[in-house]
Amino acid sequence: MTETMDLKAKLGLDVFKPGGEGHIKIRPGKEKDSRLQKMGLICPAGLYSVSEQGETSLTIDGCLECGTCRLVCGTDVLEWAYPEGGVGVQFRFG
Amino acid sequence: MEKFDVIIVGAGLAGLGAAYTLAGQDLEVLVLERGDYPGAKNVTGGRIYVNPVRDLFPDLWPSAPLERFIVHEGVVLMAKERSVAIDYAGDELRQEPQQSFSILRAKFDRWFAEEVEAKGAMILPKTRVENVIKENRKIVGVRAGGDELHADVVIACDGALSLLGEQAGLHPPETPHNYALGIKEVIALPGEKINDRFQLQGNEGAARLFIGEVTKGMFGGGFLYTNKESVSLGIVIGIEDMMEKGGNLEAPALMEAFKARPEIACLIRGGVTVEYAAHLIPEGGFKALHPLHGDGMLIAGDAAGFALNMGFTVRGMEYALASGYYAAKTVLKAREAGSFDAETLSEYGRLLQESFVLKDFQNFQATPSFVNNPRFFSHYPELKGNILRDIYSIPAGPKDRLYPTIRKYLGLGEMWAMFKDFREVTKI
Repeated sequence: MTETMDLKAKLGLDVFKPGGEGHIKIRPGKEKDSRLQKMGLICPAGLYSVSEQGETSLTIDGCLECGTCRLVCGTDVLEWAYPEGGVGVQFRFG
Repeated sequence: MEKFDVIIVGAGLAGLGAAYTLAGQDLEVLVLERGDYPGAKNVTGGRIYVNPVRDLFPDLWPSAPLERFIVHEGVVLMAKERSVAIDYAGDELRQEPQQSFSILRAKFDRWFAEEVEAKGAMILPKTRVENVIKENRKIVGVRAGGDELHADVVIACDGALSLLGEQAGLHPPETPHNYALGIKEVIALPGEKINDRFQLQGNEGAARLFIGEVTKGMFGGGFLYTNKESVSLGIVIGIEDMMEKGGNLEAPALMEAFKARPEIACLIRGGVTVEYAAHLIPEGGFKALHPLHGDGMLIAGDAAGFALNMGFTVRGMEYALASGYYAAKTVLKAREAGSFDAETLSEYGRLLQESFVLKDFQNFQATPSFVNNPRFFSHYPELKGNILRDIYSIPAGPKDRLYPTIRKYLGLGEMWAMFKDFREVTKI
């Protein structure tokens, strides 16, 4: 095992099934919300990135569907749903 | 429009426990699961305690695909540069029936689902429930995959976010305060190596909790459970603490820092990470439980808030199984009564009240505030580490007397603060 493992490499170990459109979306106009910026640090899959201008963007690939961002940001900031049936992460160990 | 007797949302332990109990009772039971297969979206730390649910599912345990029975219980206080560990092992933990087992949920739940189907319930995977269907404030079914599915009663076992309960108007959207984020890696290691490193024989297993530097002073800790041919290693962090005290700490980096600790690194050396997972954990205890029922709906498992941090251990799966079981029993009674209104379904709360589930939550209702004491996550690990460092240190010259060595850390202010912290224990 490498000394520190890259997050992308870790996510690469998981089985993800593609399909559907992004199940979590940042609501227009909320990109600079401070709660979103916190997700840049908290998201266990590192899917939120904050630009130098303080605008947060989201890449949904690799989402572990934990739901933390829904708690942190609320549904006024995020349009939040689970992925469609049979889509997204499929744990083999869990 | 399709009509069932019972629709269960979520094939986790609560949902499968309910379905198993209802199957073979001449009812049309449908379990809806959004994963590719039951277990595909389910994550535990994890360890399950079997004693409380053994008799509720008597036929289940003999052939259940559990991992190892736990014979070593460890707690490690992690300071920045040292750690203090307690390891409890006892013959009682080896005696059959063993009380707790490590478990991998994708494997267990998939097997459990087959048992449920063999008993006659229908499980529909790859099907996401979008919303509940309400008629005159009563829940009469769900919308799933574009279809409307009706039922006399819906049992919401949809996990920690409890979206169905929210949609049904039983509780508001959840907030960070009562939840922690769990991050876990499953690290493959040969069983022989696991046995050697954890002082185990055969199918014995070890459980270890870590508190302190793991979370840099925030609420939470680390955990390690040995499986047959892998180790489940992870961290838990209070989401509110992460928001308020996290500074620039990144949750994934905390996991890496934990793995790099010498106490951990030598245990997983040569191991290969085979899965990376994250999951929410309800941490609010009794005071944060959701309303357990409404007109036409019951809530079980994580969705109801049935996870309990007892300090020395964290529990959830047996509450999920038992709440599923009692939800099913409630449905059977309601069917006899011919009514699924809130009044009839309130039987669920009474059954849980008489069972270990709500008794545990009531008896341990002070633990969430007790364990949410910042001093446990940095001060005490450092203090105990420092005291032991000084006790064990042998200088070139004469060694200080023992009493002053310890006493210098335990001034009046410290003693008073300790007294206040541990006085809280009397409430548990």
